[in-house]
Amino acid sequence: MEPLTWTGALGTLLNPLFALAVLGLILTVAGYLLVSAYENVQAAFSTTTSGAVTMSAPHSESLARFILPTAVATLGLGMIYLLAGIVTPYGTAGILGELGVRFLPVWIALAVTFFLSITYKRKLGLYGKLFDSPIGMFGFAIVMFWVFTAIFVAMDLIITHDPLGQVSGMKNKLPGTPLSGAEDGDYTHYLLGGDNLARDVFSRMVKGSQVVLVIAPAATLFAFMVGITLGLPAGYFGGKLDTIISFMANLVLAFPVILLFFLLVTPEIRAAGIAIPGTEYIWRVPTILASILFLFPLVFLVVLFDSRYFTQPPKRNLYVGLTILIGGYIYLGMAWDADPFGLISIDGGVLIVFVSVVFVNSPTVFRIVRGLVLDIKTRDYVAAGQTRGEGPWYIMLWEILPNARGPLIVDFCLRIGYTIILLGTLGFFGLGLSSESPDWGTTINAGRRLLSIYPHPAIVPAIALMSLVLGLNLLADGLREESLKD
Amino acid sequence: MGMFILRRVGVMLLTAFCLTFIVFFMTNLYPNLEKLAKTQGNFRMSDEAVVSYLTREGYMAPLPVKYGRWLGVLPNHVTTNDEGVTTGKCIREGVNTAETAPRYCGVLQGEWGYSSVFKDDAGSIIAKRLGLTGWLALLAFAVMIPAALIIGVLAGMREGSRMDRTLSTFSIASSATPEYVSGVIFIAVFASSAFGLKWFKGSATSAMEDFTWANITLPVATIALYGVGYVARMTRASMAEVMTAQYVRTARLKGVSFGNIVVKHALRNALIAPFTVIMLQFPYLLTGVVITETLFNYKGFGWMLVQAASNNDIDLLLGGSVVAVIVVLVTQLISDVGYVFLNPRIRIS
Repeated sequence: MEPLTWTGALGTLLNPLFALAVLGLILTVAGYLLVSAYENVQAAFSTTTSGAVTMSAPHSESLARFILPTAVATLGLGMIYLLAGIVTPYGTAGILGELGVRFLPVWIALAVTFFLSITYKRKLGLYGKLFDSPIGMFGFAIVMFWVFTAIFVAMDLIITHDPLGQVSGMKNKLPGTPLSGAEDGDYTHYLLGGDNLARDVFSRMVKGSQVVLVIAPAATLFAFMVGITLGLPAGYFGGKLDTIISFMANLVLAFPVILLFFLLVTPEIRAAGIAIPGTEYIWRVPTILASILFLFPLVFLVVLFDSRYFTQPPKRNLYVGLTILIGGYIYLGMAWDADPFGLISIDGGVLIVFVSVVFVNSPTVFRIVRGLVLDIKTRDYVAAGQTRGEGPWYIMLWEILPNARGPLIVDFCLRIGYTIILLGTLGFFGLGLSSESPDWGTTINAGRRLLSIYPHPAIVPAIALMSLVLGLNLLADGLREESLKD
Repeated sequence: MGMFILRRVGVMLLTAFCLTFIVFFMTNLYPNLEKLAKTQGNFRMSDEAVVSYLTREGYMAPLPVKYGRWLGVLPNHVTTNDEGVTTGKCIREGVNTAETAPRYCGVLQGEWGYSSVFKDDAGSIIAKRLGLTGWLALLAFAVMIPAALIIGVLAGMREGSRMDRTLSTFSIASSATPEYVSGVIFIAVFASSAFGLKWFKGSATSAMEDFTWANITLPVATIALYGVGYVARMTRASMAEVMTAQYVRTARLKGVSFGNIVVKHALRNALIAPFTVIMLQFPYLLTGVVITETLFNYKGFGWMLVQAASNNDIDLLLGGSVVAVIVVLVTQLISDVGYVFLNPRIRIS
């Protein structure tokens, strides 16, 4: 097999056009920014008062008109690179084209999602409004790209090789190198090259999306449960309770994150614990933390249902009972590794990573929730609820919390991104997850040693991580903009 | 104002006490001590030998006592071996003897302990590494803050304009690029043989003696890039809020030019909030510094922390952590006091 080039035969035609479009885009954006900044500064120091409010900026505006067309041209040509491979024979469209083919299920899923969402956007609430904001849509597309990738990789679709499989002769090979000793049925190329252990960079990257997209949202959700459960009463009741919880939150916040990771996510800490007298059992540090932190979602849900349905005991008993049964089962498995059926358990390394990420994030969530509650509790509808004789927890969970959802949803998106960065940091220092793990941080760490000679094993996961976080940030920005419009 | 500062300092000291105690507790967990005993003695030590070593060295004392000794409020632990020679943390051969050595020997007396990795006094190592990192951080701040403020003010002075959208997108992108991503990309593009540009060096080891354009640009850019976005967004939000304030509208209606409104009326008030944010960037800066120094092999404070943590160098890790915590707390204090001081509405009442 021939090695693949980046753009293949297609490139001879498209590359000059694409280069022209990109150059045009860069020039117009940079030019616009410079001219516009100049005009603004000039206006700032000119003493004339005429036209002060309307501020015509003729030169920058005429440049600005070119930004959209060049951006569309660049994007369109980029799409051709990625999608041409679907119709042309294997190899014609180069590495980019073949990558596009591998991601075909994702393109289809994205197209269906966007088609349905845009068609019914008026009936979909805040989610539908997202499709009014181009920035939000772009961010959503990136996020969903990775979500679908993670899902389809689980179905064995996108991945080309075993992410842990080493093939002799493929060590540090450049992108597009044909697989040495390929047999029938093997995918014939390492699309994005091989890493220093001769594993396929592309397969590891898509497999890594799974690790990241399972841990990060789950950890963020747990951090929110902890932050909400503590922040609501702290803000609502105030007083000593607030002082104590706030002090503890500030303690964690004053702790440099990186230091906490170095102290918490080490093999020594994982081995340390309190021996329970009279038994063989040692209460390990990760288990201690997990058993405290994972209790919060359970408490949250129980209080949530109890405060709502305590006037209808049968219904209350059903919901609370179910929560305790299912939640307790998951809690036993996750925190204590004591699932009676042996179905749910978390690997020790993953558990400590998960717990420390929750631990780092929850004080910030706490502060946000507390601030929101302090604001909302002065509203009339809360006073009305109090006059009606509603219990404090009902008011907190069913009156205040739903009205704080806007900022919380926006922060949730941002925080997933931040959690992904934290996970990457842990991986970068080789803390927690095993060194074989295909998650992006660990892969960057493995690739950085040979960075100046073979940059591709580190750059691929780096760009993947950046794009996902960027998508989440843009999505949060779009959501914020749209939720402020009401 | 005086009362306020006093209270803040009190809270800070309490926080520092709690945090140092937590750090002390975590670095002195038994598995760490066991590892220490084995690296100091030998790796095949039996469990009994480990315990007897640790008891002799005073590591098996109750945690509050050990903490008190380390802090310097309790008399230091000394041991007398079989030959009658007394050793202890502050007893140094040729300097003093067991009789003349100070009884209290802790952080409060300026004794940071001994680094088992660098074979040197932990205090002087920390001071030296901190100095190196200080330069890097200073350069990074010198790039980051002006850039962030300019971007934020330009974006925020006309909220919703095309300028605002372009710059905001840039800020979002920059805050989505953690140091280990931007660093990797910078090295690959500007310093690797794969792209062939080789404008800068991928290692900043030589920058420790002498900064040059080639060896310090990439580390500084790496640290600055992640912070720019966040500070710029905060500045933008603050600026946008001020621009909708009543007094700005009044100034417009009086016919003050847009430039004068921005420079003379809005800017001063708009920069109060970013000041706090910039001060609170220090904890994040530390993470950035640790990553960047590791990536570029710049042997400063962050690199030292990594070495201490990965080699179980308890005294050095403890000392480094305490310094980091204190830096964070002091910047928080400055940020709080500065906010009150800068904001006339709070200052005068």
